[in-house]
Amino acid sequence: MSWLQKFLPQISTEGSSKKAVPEGLWAKCPGCNGVLYRAELERNLDVCPKCGHHMRIGARRRLEAFLDAEPRQEIGDDLVPVDHLKFRDSKKYKDRISAAQKATGEDDALIAIMGQVKGVPLVATAFEFRFMGGSMGSVVGERFVRAANASIEHGIPLICFSASGGARMQEALFSLMQMAKTSAVLAILREKGIPFISVMTDPTMGGVSASLAMLGDVNIGEPNALIGFAGPRVIEQTVRETLPEGFQRSEFLLQKGAIDMIVPRGQMRDRIASLLSIMTRQPAPKSA
Amino acid sequence: MNLNFLEFEQPIAELEAKIEELRYVGDDAEINIAEEISRLQAKSKSLTESLFSSLNAWQISQMARHPQRPYTLDYIERLFSDFEELHGDRAYADDPSIVGGIARLDDKPVMVIGQQKGRDTKEKVYRNFGMPRPEGYRKALRLMEMAERFRLPVVTFIDTPGAYPGVGAEERGQSEAIARNLRVMARLRTPIVCTVVGEGGSGGALAIGVGDRVNMLQYSTYSVISPEGCASILWKSAEKASDAAEALGITSWRLKELGLIDRVITEPLGGAHRDIDRMAGNIKATLSEDLDVLARLDMEELLVQRYQRLMSFGNYEER
Repeated sequence: MSWLQKFLPQISTEGSSKKAVPEGLWAKCPGCNGVLYRAELERNLDVCPKCGHHMRIGARRRLEAFLDAEPRQEIGDDLVPVDHLKFRDSKKYKDRISAAQKATGEDDALIAIMGQVKGVPLVATAFEFRFMGGSMGSVVGERFVRAANASIEHGIPLICFSASGGARMQEALFSLMQMAKTSAVLAILREKGIPFISVMTDPTMGGVSASLAMLGDVNIGEPNALIGFAGPRVIEQTVRETLPEGFQRSEFLLQKGAIDMIVPRGQMRDRIASLLSIMTRQPAPKSA
Repeated sequence: MNLNFLEFEQPIAELEAKIEELRYVGDDAEINIAEEISRLQAKSKSLTESLFSSLNAWQISQMARHPQRPYTLDYIERLFSDFEELHGDRAYADDPSIVGGIARLDDKPVMVIGQQKGRDTKEKVYRNFGMPRPEGYRKALRLMEMAERFRLPVVTFIDTPGAYPGVGAEERGQSEAIARNLRVMARLRTPIVCTVVGEGGSGGALAIGVGDRVNMLQYSTYSVISPEGCASILWKSAEKASDAAEALGITSWRLKELGLIDRVITEPLGGAHRDIDRMAGNIKATLSEDLDVLARLDMEELLVQRYQRLMSFGNYEER
């Protein structure tokens, strides 16, 4: 608190300072509280140019930035979710689906596109965290399987950018079974010798982390992403102690041996294209 | 209140207490005690029948965690002979919340793996309340891969509130341990039969639950999240656990109806703990049948069927 605020607490409160940043033109970095010019932030793929904080980014924008402009073919976009169990908590699942579809413009929480990165052909999938917390239900599972099958059919690598709270409770045990389903298709990929690179972004938790996300030939974390099985609050309640600083962050996972490397978003294309070209015994990718 | 009975079972508990009392007064009374006892026993039986004919999902989830419920080792002792327990993940530790070993089921060699809860406080702590750590899942994986090498069918018993949410478990890669089991079980070259005997708690249960047949005891449960957990997240109140249990459809019959499990194994009247030997007999009959059928399939056919089963899970529409 500055000396001015101490003397004049009435003119500056936290609530009003938040609203002081106008929607649209400017954005505030949750990492360093810096005020950022939104256009510049977007050019930087939502990574703070001042402190390097990686903000969450939508699935479609993520793949847009990751893939070459041409060619692109979306996979499984004909699949739409259904409320098979007529699940209803404080809201109906059906209404939650509609609301999420309206808010995100996506049918469900995973997008899959076959394309290229620096000329290296591959299938890339990405979780949309804003769609019900990126939760894995039947459509997510089936799209992932179809993406993996396309990889197998064309003999090209599979990439997944995960951002998910875990299984989708509203699909009950069907959602749990998506863990088994997605892991099974990855077993086939492995048998066929097709590379799978898993990129874990903030956050990758629960049933997604305990299935497809941890099964990469190469596991990558984005800087400071929360990655783990149980949520920090659940662990705190269980062990009744405060968790160490940086617990379940990418840097922690790297140290514990769960991931191979931490790759900043801006380097993702180059690093993955290079990795894949080596793993598939191809010449180094073109520099574009 | 009798702590060996659940709340909804208390009327039965009262009758049973009365019967015990009468037995105790025994011979020195004038009235015909034997007749009175058998009258009360009949009443207790019909009361149990009527209570158990209409259990709701929440009551069943309490049955699955009944303090008297038989645990994996209770079944292993009754179902198998020559059980030799095998310990440790060869990397870090032996996790007592998962037990496993080789044994015979009527002379047929098998690999048995199951989650194990504790009966008294000391054992509960030792077994970590049936919540495995990564080393438990890695021990299970080691035993499954051994089973594959020696062509032993794998029999698993599922009974866990979930994988342990602790600091050490996260440090040692709880997610990776579970994920790897899912991937390996999907393609393990030997038959796998899984039986949910108590609580099928989410990923922690699934990590030993991918198989060619998945069966459930009548009053066991299998769910993506506990009813309490679901209620506190979606209803913002743990007191809505009963509503959550209903919505999640965690009971054996419901899951059979949904095509997510293969068979419901009938429990004795009043639950497995009322007659453990009979319960074990029912499990054994189902297991033997399933293993016989699976043994006749050739390996490629077995793997294709298991894979197709996994791929069939899910509900969606195609536009």
